[in-house]
Amino acid sequence: MKYVDEFRDGDKARAIAGQIRQEADPARTYNLMEFCGGHTHAIFRYGIPGLLPPNVKLIHGPGCPVCVLPIGRLDMAVELARRPDVILCTYGDMLRVPGSGRVSLMKVRAEGTDVRMLYSPADAITIAQQNPDKQVVFFAIGFETTTPPTALVLEQAKKLNLTNFSVFCNHVLTPAAMHAILNTPEADSGALMLDGFIGPAHVSTVIGSAPYEPFPEQYGKPVVIAGFEPLDVLQAILMLIRQLNEGRCEVENEFTRAVTREGNAKAKALVERVFERRESFEWRGLGAIPHSALCIAPAYAAFDAEKRFGLEQLHGRENKACECPSILRGVKNPRDCSLFGDPCTPDNPLGSCMVSSEGACAAYYSYGRFSDSRIAVEEVNV
Amino acid sequence: MTRLNIAKGRVEMVHGSGGRAMAELIEQLFADAFANEWLAQGNDQAQFTLPPGRVVMATDSHVVSPLFFPGGDIGSLSVHGTINDVAMSGARPCYLSVGFILEEGFPLADLKRIVDSMANASKEAGVPIVTGDTKVVERGKGDGVFINTTGIGVVPEGLNLSGDKARPGDAILLSGTIGDHGVTILSLRESLGFEADIQSDSQSLHRLVAAMVEVVPEIRCMRDPTRGGLANTLNELAKQSGVGMQLFEKQIPVREPVRAACEFLGLDPLYVANEGKLIAICPQDRAEQLLEVMRAHSQGRHAAIIGRVVSDSHHFVQMETVFGGSRMVDWLNGEQLPRIC
Repeated sequence: MKYVDEFRDGDKARAIAGQIRQEADPARTYNLMEFCGGHTHAIFRYGIPGLLPPNVKLIHGPGCPVCVLPIGRLDMAVELARRPDVILCTYGDMLRVPGSGRVSLMKVRAEGTDVRMLYSPADAITIAQQNPDKQVVFFAIGFETTTPPTALVLEQAKKLNLTNFSVFCNHVLTPAAMHAILNTPEADSGALMLDGFIGPAHVSTVIGSAPYEPFPEQYGKPVVIAGFEPLDVLQAILMLIRQLNEGRCEVENEFTRAVTREGNAKAKALVERVFERRESFEWRGLGAIPHSALCIAPAYAAFDAEKRFGLEQLHGRENKACECPSILRGVKNPRDCSLFGDPCTPDNPLGSCMVSSEGACAAYYSYGRFSDSRIAVEEVNV
Repeated sequence: MTRLNIAKGRVEMVHGSGGRAMAELIEQLFADAFANEWLAQGNDQAQFTLPPGRVVMATDSHVVSPLFFPGGDIGSLSVHGTINDVAMSGARPCYLSVGFILEEGFPLADLKRIVDSMANASKEAGVPIVTGDTKVVERGKGDGVFINTTGIGVVPEGLNLSGDKARPGDAILLSGTIGDHGVTILSLRESLGFEADIQSDSQSLHRLVAAMVEVVPEIRCMRDPTRGGLANTLNELAKQSGVGMQLFEKQIPVREPVRAACEFLGLDPLYVANEGKLIAICPQDRAEQLLEVMRAHSQGRHAAIIGRVVSDSHHFVQMETVFGGSRMVDWLNGEQLPRIC
């Protein structure tokens, strides 16, 4: 824990925050998007917005895998879970996400279906071995960080000749989504106020920093890759401000203790072997994005749940008043949504951003919505 | 009467049928362990008189999985849990009842271990189990054993603690480290299975409570932060009292292994269950004295003043983080971990 504590040091935080206040030009604003849900979570959990001057604004991007999964894909998982011979395994965050008709996997489990929460996809293999008369499906979601573990279990399943194991693959790709954000109608019309990106931490340990190089080159947006600790985030904000002040525009790496330019060659090779790019994939809030997701490669087709069960692509219905799409694109703030806080809350999520603790709305609701009452508290303390 | 084969025997449906087999189970397993004058009355109810004062009553059902864990088991937990619920009113716990729901096929040896552990916890606390009930459900309809306990206690004169009494300016005290119980249980779950040098904090707190209310009878309220952890309990109190709370993260004691486990599991210790800790809210000018009393007691050695009550119409709990920022500490959303107690 000593290693971690060094990146949460309050004195150092105050020093960097002081530096940010000193260097931020009061004549302009700095609109910085943290792409990753892990950063959104850290930003709120450690109260980082309160340490920043008002003209340094953080925009919470679409890097929460639960949030960007379209309802239709979740409905497909629900359909799978309801098949009598299926055991559906997935990560805990997925269980509470409401699909069409507010049906979540948690509700489907209460109906008597076999839905299990995993901490590691390797456990799905064990469950398959223990239940030879059942079809075990791993409902795989996530960005480049969770993709290699899914690839590993697919390789393992092939090695073991498992006939009752498959993967419902929903892995998506970060750079493709960043391109999409910069190509929306809002971005074209200038409504998207975005000056730079705080680049992902864990995703970048896998893919490296090179895939971000087009963003400064093509769009003129600097990227600073940052770790998930709060000091990492503050330091990255300072680095972005310096780039913008100095008129530089490049990919910088704050997270040098874990990220290289090339990334993790072994993990990338493994993913290459097992997956291939989909022509197009629908993202909640961003719509269909070409080459933005992975499907299982032909060599592993026997383990592809979409093929094994002949799954039809479903298209779910979104709540019309929900602003998640605009929030995920960075053009609106959770507070701009008429559903935020009432009736949409983490216990009763109507939109995807309210479901996962990494979602912008949930993080905002759980950690940030006190800002109104802060004045009252300060009065008492005087 | 036949002797039960406790070493190899298992719970059978007849043990809940009301007949001879049930009488044997009760006599040889429960009555022996819990032996006291009220059980010896041999009636369907226990008869007793209570000392003068307001009577409090609390009930708690226990479904923890696994049944045995470092620092306790479902038996001791079921005694401590109810004693603590009674004690948080400032009351002296007097008597307990117990209801068992056993699953057919449950090993009698495990049942004996649980019953003996309950008996020890009850004796150690000085709170006898005076009446009980046993039911058996078919195999597959339970999970080994579920235990309900109910407790009765009496509040000493001059005390009037309630969750609606916190006032702006009051101090918030915590009796020790948080998260120990929840992380212990989590470390044993088959899907996680990690080794941690840690044990459940399950213990009855009524003696600590007695020491506290004796010196500072002005304590506004106390509560034990079990499921939902410190965060949820403080939100309950904030709502009940119509106030806000301001916490200081660096004052909140968390053991190193608990912090480490929470870190890699992505849990927040503020939301992890405790079974032997209490929160007390008292007027600011009595806080230091209360802290002294708590720290002098073996169950409050790591006690700390962790925050203060503030005026806030939203009833928010806020925290100054170790990082120097400020954030909300919201109600627990969803479920961090099921079957924790």
